[in-house]
Amino acid sequence: MPAPIRLRELIRTIRTARTQAEEREMIQKECAAIRSSFREEDNTYRCRNVAKLLYMHMLGYPAHFGQLECLKLIASQKFTDKRIGYLGAMLLLDERQDVHLLMTNCIKNDLNHSTQYVQGLALCTLGCMGSSEMCRDLAGEVEKLLKTSNSYLRKKAALCAVHVIRKVPELMEMFLPATKNLLNEKNHGVLHTSVVLLTEMCERSPDMLAHFRKVSLVPQLVRILKNLIMSGYSPEHDVSGISDPFLQVRILRLLRILGRNDDDSSEAMNDILAQVATNTETSKNVGNAILYETVLTIMDIKSESGLRVLAINILGRFLLNNDKNIRYVALTSLLKTVQTDHNAVQRHRSTIVDCLKDLDVSIKRRAMELSFALVNGNNVRGMMKELLYFLDSCEPEFKADCASGIFLAAEKYAPSKRWHIDTIMRVLTTAGSYVRDDAVPNLIQLITNSVEMHAYTVQRLYKAILGDYSQQPLVQVASWCIGEYGDLLVSGQCEEEEPIQVTEDEVLDILESVLISNMSASVTRGYALTAIMKLSTRFTCTVNRIKKVVSIYGSSIDVELQQRAVEYNALFKKYDHMRPALLERMPVMEKVTTNGPTDIVQTNGETEPAVLETKPPPSGLQPASQANDLLDLLGGSDITPVIPTAPTSKPASAGGELLDLLGDLNLTGSPISAPAPQIAQPPFLLDGLSSQPLFNDIAAGIPSITAYNKNGLKIDFTFERSNTNPSVTVITIQASNSTELDMTDFVFQAAVPKTFQLQLLSPSSSVIPAFNSGTITQVIKVLNPQKQQLRMRIKLTYNHKGSAMQDLAEVNNFPPQSWQ
Amino acid sequence: MRFMLLFSRQGKLRLQKWYLATADKDKKKMVRELMQVVLARKPKMCSFLEWRDLKVVYKRYASLYFCCAIEGQDNELITLELIHRYVELLDKYFGSVCELDIIFNFEKAYFILDEFVMGGEIQDTSKKSVLKAIEQADLLQEEDESPRSVLEEMGLA
Repeated sequence: MPAPIRLRELIRTIRTARTQAEEREMIQKECAAIRSSFREEDNTYRCRNVAKLLYMHMLGYPAHFGQLECLKLIASQKFTDKRIGYLGAMLLLDERQDVHLLMTNCIKNDLNHSTQYVQGLALCTLGCMGSSEMCRDLAGEVEKLLKTSNSYLRKKAALCAVHVIRKVPELMEMFLPATKNLLNEKNHGVLHTSVVLLTEMCERSPDMLAHFRKVSLVPQLVRILKNLIMSGYSPEHDVSGISDPFLQVRILRLLRILGRNDDDSSEAMNDILAQVATNTETSKNVGNAILYETVLTIMDIKSESGLRVLAINILGRFLLNNDKNIRYVALTSLLKTVQTDHNAVQRHRSTIVDCLKDLDVSIKRRAMELSFALVNGNNVRGMMKELLYFLDSCEPEFKADCASGIFLAAEKYAPSKRWHIDTIMRVLTTAGSYVRDDAVPNLIQLITNSVEMHAYTVQRLYKAILGDYSQQPLVQVASWCIGEYGDLLVSGQCEEEEPIQVTEDEVLDILESVLISNMSASVTRGYALTAIMKLSTRFTCTVNRIKKVVSIYGSSIDVELQQRAVEYNALFKKYDHMRPALLERMPVMEKVTTNGPTDIVQTNGETEPAVLETKPPPSGLQPASQANDLLDLLGGSDITPVIPTAPTSKPASAGGELLDLLGDLNLTGSPISAPAPQIAQPPFLLDGLSSQPLFNDIAAGIPSITAYNKNGLKIDFTFERSNTNPSVTVITIQASNSTELDMTDFVFQAAVPKTFQLQLLSPSSSVIPAFNSGTITQVIKVLNPQKQQLRMRIKLTYNHKGSAMQDLAEVNNFPPQSWQ
Repeated sequence: MRFMLLFSRQGKLRLQKWYLATADKDKKKMVRELMQVVLARKPKMCSFLEWRDLKVVYKRYASLYFCCAIEGQDNELITLELIHRYVELLDKYFGSVCELDIIFNFEKAYFILDEFVMGGEIQDTSKKSVLKAIEQADLLQEEDESPRSVLEEMGLA
């Protein structure tokens, strides 16, 4: 049998293959040769064959038949064999296969080998891919090597111990004695790996953490770090003039863990952190890497405010750095600190806003998120201008989030109703097709509430869709408004701007175009048809035209449209006397608290002719029972249900009863229920629409909390206090999802004790994307006139992995500043 | 670090080191996906991106992309330094390293990496120390074989 070809030769040959098929053929041929060579149990060439197999494995071809051969190589006495054997084991074997356990004995022997490089190979393999069983069997050997004086082995043993602890956390204890004098070493390799080991132990076990704080680990680390900074040039560990940056960064990270939530430790490291922060060279990436870690540490421990400001200023300087990587980490870090150090971050607002124009997508996204976090009552006009410009020019993947963010911010901080409407218009016309579906009802509600702006709004919307009616959310809002306020439109009553001359026919033209257009979604057509119908009571000259349109659609293929048309037709024919009442102007949609059950929140933008009933639907009753449902669900007799104000999205479904609509609402959004009879409340709930800025920088500084964190769903609360009404706290919730599948139809409900009042604004969306790639935001306003301790019960419902999920939780960890 | 990948601009994998036990099938899928994402990046973009629940740090040296997947609390900037240190080690060992060196001596690239990083963490921060260990290990290989040098055995000489 001729000698198997050499590795390099095989590589050369395979690279000459011109097609995938040719390559496959060569590989197959060689694999066959290797197989027969293995069968012959040839010791001489085993190493060469396995090496070739590893190359072919990297190209993507199966190599499992070489696994046992790797084990034979490991058992060999020759170093060459062991080297390739261990490499093969790391590449081909994994703990899922039982065969890997056969390695254990070999590794055990090699851990005690006379040659340190063999010991090194064994430690490396164990430390990279050792299974829990292997780790259990060999932990003792590793612990022994951790105490050796041979620094080459000691450093490897430390990292191997880290792996053992990760695989079998219960074994952590046995490594504790050996850690006693690990940091006394001069060797940087041992120091670095020891710090990694100590970090792993402290992160995993609070007991270990307490132990290391007690044995003065912090002063020891501070000393080592100081030496690194103060010592002169050390060629062996120098990187661009900085002494061992890798070690510095690891020490800073360990200090972070030790200082977290611990005043004494934090104080002991204050000086060194300040020193590193001010003395590190920032001209190259390596210096900035150290600064970055320092900033992370300062922000996470109990540092004094001067140090925190220093840290944020470092981040501010990072934002101006030419290196985009530095800018990126700065934005990420600022995003983490914006809640707790709001004022300090505000100072860098203009730089952050400039980052919106960056070319890099990741930087833009971070800048956008940070910008939204920085919007407040004082800067809202300027910020919105920038954000609207950004919305115009950004990539499509941002538009939905940006639009939602703008709506939320506008709702919280709008300086005037006109400004609010204009902003909404701008978003709808700029990114109309990216606006989330559930923003439509929210916008409609806002518009109805701005009574004096109706004429202006409908005029602007009319002009917007005149040119282009392809953006569905825009068309939906516009259709609804035209249907509702069409009379204002044709009578030219607009005060805010030059009224336009529009005839009834022109209005109907545009609505009919929407109906006919291929671009219109079914939902949009529904809006348009109902709008046309409503105009029959608002227009005077074109009622016959409307009748005709309605009767045509009575035979539409679209079942929804057909049903509506048929019912509207019936309205014209048999129930004409009811038509004016049913198609009356919608009342202002908001939570009314004064008069008890009969003042009901209207839920959607559509009046649904209750054709089959002779009396108006008893809207009072259904919501009351829903209120009781909520009470039941949330339990407790001292809890009042929250009544969210958000109207739901879908126009009336088939059947047309208001009752059904309310039933539908439970699925899509916040349940609407009658408020329990209450005394008249101050109008704080209209705060969002008042003309005064309500929140300012004083609001900053309230720590945010994680209210809920289970099954991959995490909900954070951030707080702001109103400066016009000290009893009002605004909570912004952010829901994120760390699992691999999206959570859909997410609904957040909340209830508070009787002495409080709650208002839930509508959420930014109902889908939480997977992998923490996005969040749902929602605003809650709490009125707490008696300044009692805030408590809340929350109910979460969502769909995940195909099943419906539901959970109840209590939130008790509100920081005192949020309610005192 | 969870894993490190080296691949060419044409999407050919030159090295893959996994520090977390993963099924072969998943590995292939992740490699394919990540290569696609990284190769689609424009030159002006920053070296960091979010992918699945990890942070990915990548840097291009000539025709090779060096790609590391790190966890949430890891420092991206120092990972760039780690990558650079690895390239320096390769460069010192091979003498002005190029992609072909890594193709034809892939096992050496692994040996060097395994001497520098273990379990996803740096073993030794001294370039000299790592290179010396490799050198000594290579000598052991040579001494192993007599009369024929093992370098010849593996087709190196």
